[in-house]
Order: sequence, then structure tokens, then C-alpha cells
Amino acid sequence: MPLLHIEGLTHYFGGLKAVSDFNLSLEEGEVVGLIGPNGAGKTTVFNLITGVYRPNRGRIRFGGKDLVGMASCDIVSMGIARTFQTIRLFKELSVLDNVRIGHFSQARYNVVHALFRARSFYREEERIRDKAYELLETFNLARYADSPAKALPYGEQRRLEIARALASNPEVLLLDEPAAGMNPHEIDRLLETIAWLKDRFSLTILLIEHQMRVVMGICERILVLDFGETIAEGTPGEIQTNPRVLEAYLGKEAS
Amino acid sequence: MMIESRRAPLLVLGTILRTRQTVLLVIVGLALSFFLERSGFVSSYILQILMYVGINIILTLSLNLVNGYMGEFSVGHAGFMAVGAYTASIITVWLFRNQAGALVFPIATLGAGIAAAATSIIVAIPSFRTRGDYLAIVTLAFNMIVKSLLENIDALGGPRGFLGMNRLTSLASVYAWCAITIYIVRNFVYSNFGRAVLSIREDEVASNLVSVNTRQTKVLVFVVAAFFAGVAGALFAHLVQFINPRTFSIQKSTDILVMVYLGGIGSIFGSILGATVYTVLLELLRPLGVWRWVLGPVMLVILMIGRPTGIMGLKEFAGFVPIEERARKKKEGTAVAAASH
Repeated sequence: MPLLHIEGLTHYFGGLKAVSDFNLSLEEGEVVGLIGPNGAGKTTVFNLITGVYRPNRGRIRFGGKDLVGMASCDIVSMGIARTFQTIRLFKELSVLDNVRIGHFSQARYNVVHALFRARSFYREEERIRDKAYELLETFNLARYADSPAKALPYGEQRRLEIARALASNPEVLLLDEPAAGMNPHEIDRLLETIAWLKDRFSLTILLIEHQMRVVMGICERILVLDFGETIAEGTPGEIQTNPRVLEAYLGKEAS
Repeated sequence: MMIESRRAPLLVLGTILRTRQTVLLVIVGLALSFFLERSGFVSSYILQILMYVGINIILTLSLNLVNGYMGEFSVGHAGFMAVGAYTASIITVWLFRNQAGALVFPIATLGAGIAAAATSIIVAIPSFRTRGDYLAIVTLAFNMIVKSLLENIDALGGPRGFLGMNRLTSLASVYAWCAITIYIVRNFVYSNFGRAVLSIREDEVASNLVSVNTRQTKVLVFVVAAFFAGVAGALFAHLVQFINPRTFSIQKSTDILVMVYLGGIGSIFGSILGATVYTVLLELLRPLGVWRWVLGPVMLVILMIGRPTGIMGLKEFAGFVPIEERARKKKEGTAVAAASH
């Protein structure tokens, strides 16, 4: 049984069909790429999966549950985490707090415990702090723990975003253009990180990317979107030679 | 993780020591309040101003939760204060016919807080479905509705107001409620929920997408803030012994806003500072007559242009930061230096 199963997902913005009849089955442990020109509807797919928008049609099943209509925070708590196309860290807050906020749904104390400083509060806070530090150390960010997130260099901010996403203990990680704005050297490092993450946290990854080098490097399977339609699906090799994909990216050959 | 586990016993020790310090501070403060009140060391005028300062600290700190820490814009805090003031007065005057006196007062104050909190749920749930500026409009309307409701309920004195309360508010009770407010707000801010509140201020959409239940958190903050506004209302009513709907107009709400933004958003110490400076300043400017009421709005305009986050904006006096959070703050200097390389 696939971990994440999307069937006939369709979404309109007014009269504009942003995503049309999108189907995807993610098996556990897969790395799947979602590519396509600007405005193809890739980020909309992520927004539909994570409950930012409610699809007009279609079903999204994750671990036997239908996600359509659920609140974003519940979907994320269930095990689908994501990053953003443009970095959306909590800029003024410390690096540590950014990751601790990612642990929100895992704190096992309620507001009364917090207000009156019950023992469970201290125990849980200590646990969350340790786990957050562990994540920061994994990403080599622990030395920045108390600096505001905005003080980090760009590449590190991207990594912090991934660390924050992992804090909610996801099974599926959705990466929205993780290599955006990176230089070739940083991209190489990112590819290593993703491959290593996948094993270390036993993740299933769905990834949006513009840069062919990235998708070709790590994806086992690729879906190509254009104007909301899925125009191709296959292995990186197949996609590279698919005439419809070339057409979408480069335009039709004059005949 | 070695360092973490080694620090744990130290932390516990530190917390106990600091708790003792805090308890000591509260006891000394209470004793001092009793002394000032009984000894006649200071005039009753000064006493009255001290109590206003305390009540304003409670109001400012509670509104700071919504406007400062969470970054929403609520402008009807006086409405919740009114609910508290009338509730407490009804309890002491009607329910207990002014007889049980001092013993009933804490219960009445608590009841006032609960009534205000309950009211806030009714306001919060529909208004947090929308975003941003709508909360300002909804709370503004709420403030007006409360005022006109009170003006039209004859049983509560209508526009003439409600009187008959005994002077149950004392400097000690104001001090005690101030301490409780500071303690609760601090505990809230430095917790999982407090961090969630800060993340809502930073980026609400992202916050929701990293598992924070933003809607629930927002309602929670609103309820806590309203509770303390209600408490402040109860203390106020039993200090001046006469309340009327006009006391709780938009003017009052604006005053609280000025104190929040003057002292500094997202700061406990800032709220204490803002409330104290503004209250004392208004008293000192009494000779100016009506003109002193120009001060508040003018200050607000200047502040918004010059230093939009207020005097203490987003910074906290170390004494209000729990020790387990403070231990790591010291490293900040080195870490930032490292980040800039």
C-alpha cells in the first residue's frame, strides 16, 4: 500500500485551473521529483497536500486517512512536513526556538501545566530542548542556537528550515525548491544532505525543483507538470528524452 | 548531550534558589504595601496613584500578550475591563450585600476575570477566522457594544453608573494581583505556547505548517489577556467605588495601547515601565487640564514613527526570564560573532 496516495486532485483559482487531475502514489522510502515550468502548479500541489488550500476535487490519502478538509497543523502533526520556496523561518527568533516550535505538537503538557510550572512541564521542556539540540547538531547548526535565524548565511537558513521541518517527526518530507538560489558547490552539498537525510530519518521525499541537475541526481521517479496537467512521468532518463517535456520547457520545434 | 544532562541538577538548584528569591521579593513587597497603607507614611493621594499604576500594569501586560507577543491588533481592552468591573461589583454589592467584605473580594475578582474571559471567547472565535486588521475592527465594535449595552441596562444604573461598592481594593491586593499577572504571563510566554505565539507574530502560515495549532493558540492568548483585563476592572471598580459606562470607552482602550507601545511590545519589563511612566506622567501633567489628554495620542504617533517597538521593544529584563532559558542566553554573543564570519 502506498504511503501517500493522491487521486484526481483538481484545484481552481477562480476560473484558472491550477492543478488538474493530479495523481501520485508515493511508496515508502521513495524520492520523487515534481518538475515543470513556472506556474505549472507544483507549489499548489504542496499547498493542497498540506491543507493550505482545500482541493475542489480529489482525494489525498495518507496512512489510511483522507487529508482533505483537515487543518494544516493536524496534517503536519500526522507526519507530512514541508519547506518553502522562499525561506519562511521565524527570522527574529533564535535558531533553537525555530526548531523548538517545530516540536509544538509533541509537547505532552497542557496550558495549565505551563502556567503553574508543573513537573511535567520541566520534564517535557528538557526533552524538547535536547531533541532540538540533537537536530541542530545533526545539521551542524548547534553553534548558532542562540542567534536569531536571520543572522545565518543563506545556505544555513535553508538547512535550518529542513531541520525545523524534521522536528515534527515526519514520514513524508515535501521540499519546495531546496536548491533555489544556491551555487553549484552548495547544491552538491545539498544533494549529499538529502540522500543522507533520507536514510537517517527514514523519509519519503517529494521534491519540487527547477534545476535539472538536482532532480536527475537524486530522484528515482519524476512527474512533469505543465499548466496544471501531468504531461509525463518516468525515470530521469525517460524524462530527459520525452518530447512533450522538451516542448514544455523549450517550446515547440518549428516544422 | 553530555553537557545537557550534567546541567540538569544545576538547573533544578537554580530554579529553587530563584523561586526563593522571587517568593522573598513578593513577601517583602506585600509587607511594604501593608506598611505604606497603614502607617500614613505617604498621603492617600500617592497611595491612589500607586494603585492606578498597579492596575495599569495588569492591563498593559495582558494587552501586550495579544498586541505585542502575538502581533495582532486588539483595540477594545477596556471592554473586557468593563465586564470585569461590573461583574465584580454585582458580586460584592448585590450577591453579598457588601457584608462579607474583604473575604469575598478575591472571589469577586476571580469571578470578574472568568466573566471577561468567557466574553472574550465569544469575540475571539468569529474574529480569528478572519485575519489581520479585522480583529481591530471587531474589538473596536466590541468595546462600543459593551459601552452602549451598559448604558441601556437600567438595573445597572444605565449611563448614571453603578455605585455602592466598598473600598475593598488595597495596595496589597493590587500588588498581589500584579505579581500573579507577571508570574502567569512569564510562565505562558516561556513555554511551548509562548513560542507558538511568537511564531504567529513572525509568520502565521509557516507556523501552522510546522504543526502549531494557530487558531487554538490565538484564542488561548485572547482568553488569558481578557481574564486579566477583567481582574483589573474589578480592582478598579473597588478602588474608585463608582463606575459608569463612559469610564470604559475607546479612550480607556487607547490609553492601554499607548502604555503597551510606550513600554515596548513583547516585554514584561516594558509593560511595567510603560504603565508606570504613563500613569505618573499623566498625574504630573494635571495642571495642563484637558490638554493632558492630547499627550497620549501624540506620544503614540511619535513612538510609531521613531521607535515602533517601544522603549524595551522585544527585549526582556533578565530577571523575568526563567533560569532554564537564561542559561543559554550568555552564549549569544559568541554565536552571533561566529555567524557573521
